[in-house]
Amino acid sequence: MRNTLLFAGVATLFLLTGFFQSWNLALNILNLALISAVMAIGVNIQWGWAGLFSAGIVGFVALGGVGVALVSGNPVAGAWEAGTPEILSALVFGAIAIVLAVWMQKKLPKGSTRTLATIAFLLVCFFIYRALLDPAVMAVEANDSSKAGHIGGLGFNSLWAWPVGAALAGAVAWVIGKVALGLREDYLAIATLGIGEIIIAALRNEDWLARGVKNLIDLPRPWPVPYELELQRNPDFTDWIGLVNADPVPASAIAVKLLYAGLFAIIVLVLLWLCERALNSPWGRMTRAIRDNEISAAAMGKNVKYRHLQIFILGSAVVGLAGAMMTSLDGQLTPSSYAPLRFTFLIWVMVIVGGSGNNKGAILGGILIGWLYLAAESFGPMIMGWLTSVLPAGPVKTQLAESAAHMRLLMLGVILLLVLRFAPRGLIPEK
Amino acid sequence: MDILNALVAFANFVLVPGLTYGSQLALGALGVSLVFAVLRFSNFAHGDTMALGTVMAILFTWMLQSWGVSAGPLPTALIALPFAILATSVLVLGSDIVVYRFYRRAKAKPIILMIASIGVMFVMNGLVRMILGTREIQFADGERFLLPPAAFRAATGLAEPLAIRTSQAVSVIVAVICVVALFWFLNRTRTGKSMRAFSDNEDLALLSGINPDRVVMVTWIIAAALATIAGTLYGLDKNYRVFVYFGMLLPIFASAIVGGLGSPIGAIIGGFVIAFSEILITNAWSKILGYLTPEGWLGDGLYQALSTDYKVAVSFVILIIVLLVKPNGIMGSK
Repeated sequence: MRNTLLFAGVATLFLLTGFFQSWNLALNILNLALISAVMAIGVNIQWGWAGLFSAGIVGFVALGGVGVALVSGNPVAGAWEAGTPEILSALVFGAIAIVLAVWMQKKLPKGSTRTLATIAFLLVCFFIYRALLDPAVMAVEANDSSKAGHIGGLGFNSLWAWPVGAALAGAVAWVIGKVALGLREDYLAIATLGIGEIIIAALRNEDWLARGVKNLIDLPRPWPVPYELELQRNPDFTDWIGLVNADPVPASAIAVKLLYAGLFAIIVLVLLWLCERALNSPWGRMTRAIRDNEISAAAMGKNVKYRHLQIFILGSAVVGLAGAMMTSLDGQLTPSSYAPLRFTFLIWVMVIVGGSGNNKGAILGGILIGWLYLAAESFGPMIMGWLTSVLPAGPVKTQLAESAAHMRLLMLGVILLLVLRFAPRGLIPEK
Repeated sequence: MDILNALVAFANFVLVPGLTYGSQLALGALGVSLVFAVLRFSNFAHGDTMALGTVMAILFTWMLQSWGVSAGPLPTALIALPFAILATSVLVLGSDIVVYRFYRRAKAKPIILMIASIGVMFVMNGLVRMILGTREIQFADGERFLLPPAAFRAATGLAEPLAIRTSQAVSVIVAVICVVALFWFLNRTRTGKSMRAFSDNEDLALLSGINPDRVVMVTWIIAAALATIAGTLYGLDKNYRVFVYFGMLLPIFASAIVGGLGSPIGAIIGGFVIAFSEILITNAWSKILGYLTPEGWLGDGLYQALSTDYKVAVSFVILIIVLLVKPNGIMGSK
């Protein structure tokens, strides 16, 4: 009952935005909020189910975006001839070198000889890797550099890219989890903070991958969603619009956004169903047992490290899926938009406010905080303008008006602190 | 072969920047390490505390400048520092009273305190952005160079110039003063000793009548002072931008962990290890190597292992290696 009321309350917020501002804005916020809810589900899997603290969510979001760029991006003519196979072989070489180094560490007898041998081996491999990669990268980036200059995508439908984005994030999570899990919990946080920043740095600088800061635009839309112009030319749509006497241009924009919202809502519901099933299975009970007392769970014969790795990968894959969905929605990949404050710590606020450990809570938190964060963008200046309307025009007023845009960070911090202090179990507590 | 020029180029591109950046990182890492030793959590808000401290320093600098006060050849920000430290300490102590104290008294798990520090980070970040926005601010004044490149060339007759900017010299000297003062405080004064005792064994320290609230208060004040100084020095050196300080969080944590979380000496060693590794790996060696090898031998490559954009990867890799090989850090015992 309480849960229904909470969700109804959040729905009212969206309706109010629709009535008082515009339906376009309300749907925009709804779409992003649904994506945030998927991210929150991913973080909840890691934190709520298993107590793993990842501070690199933004990196996995970005990896999802890379998945979209690679799978559904438009193919670039001439990129394959210029050097895509060479880049791929250099990457494979690098991966093999690292695997061999790990294998050496395991097989050779312990001691300084082993360390030195591994370092020497890795150094030699690094130079070979650069020698293989650099010319190929130069060639690919030189290919039509004003419009492309990257390896391009496969041109498949965007829907195919979503699982690929999730798999990409999961694979990276496997590597980082292998290294960082099993250490103290704040070390995991710091290590993941690093991996997040490295992924973003790579996305910004590796122009051959997705054009770096030159941004990749015109990524195709996922399958059922048409373009607005197509819709306006479609006689069925115009007939139907004619019936309700609406202007076809804004109506087509709304229809497109509604389709996206429907698509995302299906994903959220499917994920919720899967999560509830998982959490109420023997496997779910085991993960909670590990979270609540690692030592006794280990004593009962549970492989704590392996389970942590499994959950870390699962959660990261869900975040990657959300990242892919977001890039599909935007239709572009802009590395500079991946800010840790927005995509790591804001998601944390969502999970904690919603109720960590509870899947419905994570979704509620995602949609609520998503709304708050995005609506505050237009709300903040409005309130500030109203508050400062008595002041005479001058530097103080301008300063206050400018500062309003940044007020939402402060507000979110305060909300996080209040919830953590007075309702640490969140809006929908774990059962 | 031209060893002298190569050495000068090395000093100019590696040694001087490394010492400067290392001092700034060491000060930052000392703050993180102290908070960890006494309060036992990783403070994610430290980067934004540095930003807040820098903003205070900038505001006081502007105030002093408007009154016509200046430090001659040195940046005015140095005079503003004590006031900035005071203001930042008050805010940080406020965050302790409003936020952290509750969890400390409730004996919450360290990770909960860490999440609370994320909340504080949001608030501080919001405050900083509301005060100065997100623009880049240059607030270094006074002489730009302690050793101008032209003067060095004229004095030595070498082809390669060596430049030492005032902000670089100030960074190193201020860091040395701070470290000496901190060690004197920790080893010689009653409060400092009680802090070390509290960090070694909380229960025993409580039994011997050490007032925990006082220890915690002093720790926050020192952490705020170190953060303000580190942030201001970094801002003087590379201009103030709000995003930069969040980016410093990782190298700072890496420095503190590499040295051994909770160990002050370790934090300093860690700071320099991270700073020099970053610069050695991202430096373009073509110029220095050019002096050491016969002409035309090198080709036109940059001889750079990693582009400077991957600085963060260097501190990350060192962090991971240390965590795998020696999880308690170089100087760590706990």
